[in-house]
Amino acid sequence: MSSSHVSSHVSPVSTYLTVFGTLMVLTTATVAAAFVHIGAFNFPIAIGIAITKATVVVLFFMHVKYSSRLTKFVVVSCLFFLACLFGLTFTDYMSRGWFASPRGTTMAGTQVTVGATPARTAEAPAHEAPGGAGPAH
Amino acid sequence: MPEALATTADAHGHAAHHHPALQHHFETLQQQKEASILGMWIFIVQEVMFFGGLLMAYFLYRVWYHEAWVEGSQELDILLGGFNTVVLIGSSLTMALAVRSAQIGARKATVNWLLGTMALGTVFLVVKVFEYHHKWELGHVPGLNWTMTGPHASQVEIFISLYFALTGLHALHMVIGFVLLSVITWMAHKGRFSPEWYTPVELSGLYWHFVDIVWIFLFPLLYLVDRATPHVG
Repeated sequence: MSSSHVSSHVSPVSTYLTVFGTLMVLTTATVAAAFVHIGAFNFPIAIGIAITKATVVVLFFMHVKYSSRLTKFVVVSCLFFLACLFGLTFTDYMSRGWFASPRGTTMAGTQVTVGATPARTAEAPAHEAPGGAGPAH
Repeated sequence: MPEALATTADAHGHAAHHHPALQHHFETLQQQKEASILGMWIFIVQEVMFFGGLLMAYFLYRVWYHEAWVEGSQELDILLGGFNTVVLIGSSLTMALAVRSAQIGARKATVNWLLGTMALGTVFLVVKVFEYHHKWELGHVPGLNWTMTGPHASQVEIFISLYFALTGLHALHMVIGFVLLSVITWMAHKGRFSPEWYTPVELSGLYWHFVDIVWIFLFPLLYLVDRATPHVG
């Protein structure tokens, strides 16, 4: 069997330095963005910058850009597994308390709170919902 | 194309010449290298899921206790966190250069870049020790000496618990990486690597970059939840 000729790609030093520079710029950007009040957009921007940084590290520092297609596939599959973890768990929690019950609320995302604040839904802090469907105490 | 290597008849009992690092269930070094890299990546995917569980807890509570998350995040030192981020990304650069040096057979450079990587990793861990100690001094260690008060204190305690769990697990991975790199540095020093076979360096690089990527996410999630809202009590 002939070896599938995926040659060992040697990146030039300039590539690594450019990647490092990019990571420094993005780090500065994410710190700066945290000090600017853009409300609900703060989180997506921070995560977006982090994902960009991670992508650059994966492609160039970890040589995935020059790896076999099978390796690339495994790397991408990671996103699928994370999507399962976050997606299924979040939809579970956020759909709790969805239907009316004697103790519960009609709003989704009913949470249990610890501390002084009484139980309330994630969506409407102004409306104090009685009780809280969820794990005991 | 086999190199002019010493005969392996004494070591293997067969006359076929092959690179000493080539294992018999592989046909070529290239195939073996691809299999090694693939295996390492599958392990890394598993490690991502390992952190993923903790991150899931973090995200859920962040949705539920957002004010406490803002408060807890502002309790962390953004200068130290930012400094550590720069240090760790720098260590990824030195690691990438170490792998590159191994690829081109530059033995001394490989050793030096690996030592640089470990030095930067040590700096990171020292800063973390300092941060943890500071938390202890403030009475902000959940389960040990938690003394924070306020309307969201219990919720902030959850945030700080996740902070210790996430950064602690990350620091543990760094210590393991440090041990790994020590072994690889020794092997490089002994001249075990060559452009034909430098796989252990490459795999250690993959591990180290993974640890860096985890921190790339931990830094904004823990230190930068919201620095625009003024800290209230």
